[in-house]
Amino acid sequence: MRNLPPYYSAGQIAWHYGFRVICALIFFFLIFPIMVIIPLSFNAQDFFTFTKEMLAFDPAGYSLKHYQDFFYNPDWQGALKNSFLIAPVATLLATALGTLAAIGLSQSHVPYRSAIMAILISPMIVPLIISAAGMYFFYSRIGLQGTYWGVVLAHAALGTPFVIVTVTATLVGFDRSLTRASANLGADPITTFFRVQMPLIVPGVVSGALFAFITSFDEVVVVLFLGSASQKTLPWQMFTGLREQISPTILAVASVMVFLSILLLTTLEMLRRRSERLRGLSPG
Amino acid sequence: MTDTTANGGPVLTTQDGTPLKVSLARALRREKMRSLVLIAPLLIFILVSFLLPIADMLFRSVENRIVADTLPKTVAALSAWNASSGELPDENVYAALHDDLLIAVDEKSHTRLGSRLNYELSGMSSLFRKTGRRVDRMDEGNYKEQFIKVDKDWGKVETWLFLKRYSPKYTPGYFLNAVDAEYGIEGIKMKPEDERIYLYLFWRTMFLSMVITGSCLLLGYPIAFLLANLPLRYSNLLMILVLLPFWTSLLVRTSAWKVLLQQQGVINDTLVWLGLVSNTDRIVMINNQTGTIIAMTHILLPFMILPLYSVMRTISPSYMRAARSLGATDWTAFWRVYFPQTIPGIGAGAILVFILSIGYYITPELVGGTDGIFISNRIAYHISSSLNWGLAAALGVILLSLVLLLFYVYDKIVGIDNVKLG
Repeated sequence: MRNLPPYYSAGQIAWHYGFRVICALIFFFLIFPIMVIIPLSFNAQDFFTFTKEMLAFDPAGYSLKHYQDFFYNPDWQGALKNSFLIAPVATLLATALGTLAAIGLSQSHVPYRSAIMAILISPMIVPLIISAAGMYFFYSRIGLQGTYWGVVLAHAALGTPFVIVTVTATLVGFDRSLTRASANLGADPITTFFRVQMPLIVPGVVSGALFAFITSFDEVVVVLFLGSASQKTLPWQMFTGLREQISPTILAVASVMVFLSILLLTTLEMLRRRSERLRGLSPG
Repeated sequence: MTDTTANGGPVLTTQDGTPLKVSLARALRREKMRSLVLIAPLLIFILVSFLLPIADMLFRSVENRIVADTLPKTVAALSAWNASSGELPDENVYAALHDDLLIAVDEKSHTRLGSRLNYELSGMSSLFRKTGRRVDRMDEGNYKEQFIKVDKDWGKVETWLFLKRYSPKYTPGYFLNAVDAEYGIEGIKMKPEDERIYLYLFWRTMFLSMVITGSCLLLGYPIAFLLANLPLRYSNLLMILVLLPFWTSLLVRTSAWKVLLQQQGVINDTLVWLGLVSNTDRIVMINNQTGTIIAMTHILLPFMILPLYSVMRTISPSYMRAARSLGATDWTAFWRVYFPQTIPGIGAGAILVFILSIGYYITPELVGGTDGIFISNRIAYHISSSLNWGLAAALGVILLSLVLLLFYVYDKIVGIDNVKLG
C-alpha cells in the first residue's frame, strides 16, 4: 500500500489500519463460506467438519469418494442431465426474444416505452415464490404443470429481463449513424442487422445469455412447483438433499458449481472488457 | 424523397408531392411500428407465460365458484330466504339441497365443497361427507326433517347463514383469512388471539428483512467505500471477492452456511478449539432466526455493495479535501460532506435488498427452522401441503402489492432503466 501522509496523527494511522482490518474481516465473511466447502468436499469421512487427519494434512484423511458418488449416483446424474436439458433451451428462447425486444426498445420513438419496459422487466421484480404460485395455478389449468415445456417456458420468462437489461446497456453506446451508413451503401435491414449491428452488440447478447442460463440453471423455486419428478434439476436435488438427509455429496456438487461460477465470472469480465474496448469507452 | 424544395407553394412538400409534415409523420409511424413489431413477440410471451398466471392468482384469491357450481339450486332457493328472520329456510331449500347433493355425490364433488368450506368454518367437511353418504337413501318429501335427522347442524340457522354468505361467486374470505380475520356468521371480525398467525408472520418477515437490510448496510458500506477509494487496479481485484459470491449458486451458499453453522460444524469446532465455548454447550446457530439472518446477509450483501459502489465512485475526493482544508475533522468531513452524497446509493441498495429479502423462500426454508421462516414459506405450504390455494393466492397478492409498492419507490429513486448487473 501507499505510504501514509507524514502529517497523520497516531489516531489517524490507527484508524487507517483499523479500517483495513474491518474490511478484511468483511471480505473474509464474503468469501470464506464458499471457499471452505472445497477442502471439506475431499473429506474421507462423512463429516461436515475438518477431521484430525485433514488438519494434519494426512493423505488418508482426504478422498474423492463424494465426487465419485456425484458422478456415478443415478439420482445426481439424472438431475444434472435434466438441468442441461432445460437450461439451454430456456436460454435460447430468452435470448432470441429478449435481444429482439431490446433492439426494438432502443429505437428513438417507442410508444408507451416505460409501460412496456415495466412489463418486460416484471419477472425480475416479482418474488420467485409468487411467480411460482401463479404459474403453478395457471399452468395446471392448461395442462403444462409437470411437463418439460412448462418448466422451459417459465425459466425463459424469468431469464428475459436479464437479456433485456444487458443488451439495452450495450445499445446505449451504439452509434446509430452506422446503420444509416450501411443502409446508404445499399444493405437491407436484415443484412445491416447481421453484419453491422450484431457484431457490436454480441458481448451484451452473450452476457445476457449467460445471465439467462444461470437463472435457469440455478433456479429451484419455480421448478419445485412446476416440475414433476422427471424434471428434477440439480438445484432441486440439492434442495431435497439439504432438507431431508444432508449427505456430503452435496459438498462435492457445490464445489463443482463454485468452479463453474468462477468460469462464468471470468467469461463475463472478458466480455465486458471487449465490449468497452469495441465501443471505445476505455483504453483497454 | 427528402428533397424539400418548395415548388412555388407555401407548403413544404417532398419530391413526390406529399406535404413534408405528412411524410414525416408517416416515417415516424413506420418507425414506431417497426419497434413494436420487434417488441411484440417478447411482450406476448411475457403476457401469456408470466402476467396471465399472476392475474390468475389475483382471480383465485377472490374466486368462490364452488358453492354456486356444486349446489346451484340450493343457492337459488336460498336467495329467497330472509336470513335476518332467525328462522330456518323452508322445505323448498331442503328439497333443492337434496337434488343438488344427489348430483354432487355422483360426481364426488360434495367432498371438495366440504373441504373448501372447512377453511372458513371447521366441521363443514364432515357435515358434507356424512350427509353425502345418506342422501340417496332419503325418502321423497319432508326433506327438512330428514336432513336434520342426518345431522342436527342442518337444523341450525347458523349453518344456513354461513352457506348463504359463501354462495356468491366472489368472496373476500381468503383475504380476511390472510389478515387473521374471519367472515363468520356475525360478519367480519378478528380471529381469536391464539389463532392469529399471518399478521405476525408478515410482521416477522418485515422485521427480519429490516435486520438483514441493516446488517447488509453495516457490512456493505465500508467495503464499497474501500473499493471506491482504492486505485482501480486494486479495487478491480478486490471486486472479484464481491462478485464471486454474487455469481455462486444460491444453493451452494445456503449449503455452505448449513455446514458451517451446524452444532458439529466448522464454526462451533473452532470455537471449542479456541476454548471460547465448552464442548457440551455448542451454540445453536441454525434452524432459527440467527441462521436466517446470517445466511441471508451473506447472500444479499453483494446487492448492497454494488449500488453503493457505483454511487461512491462518482463522488469526487476534492469535496472531502475541501472540507478538511476548511478545518473539519475527519469525522465531520465524512458525516457532513461525504455521507449525504452516498444517500442515493444507500436508498437504492437498501430497497433492493429489502425487496429481495421479503420474498425469499429457499434460504429460510433450509436454515430458518420454525421461527426463522418467512411469509413465502407459508405460501408454499398452502400450495403444496394444505392445498388451500385461495389462501395461498391471497397471501401472495398481499406480498406482491408490498413488493410493487417498494419497487415504485425504488423506481422513483433509481429508475428501472438504471438496473445494472455485475
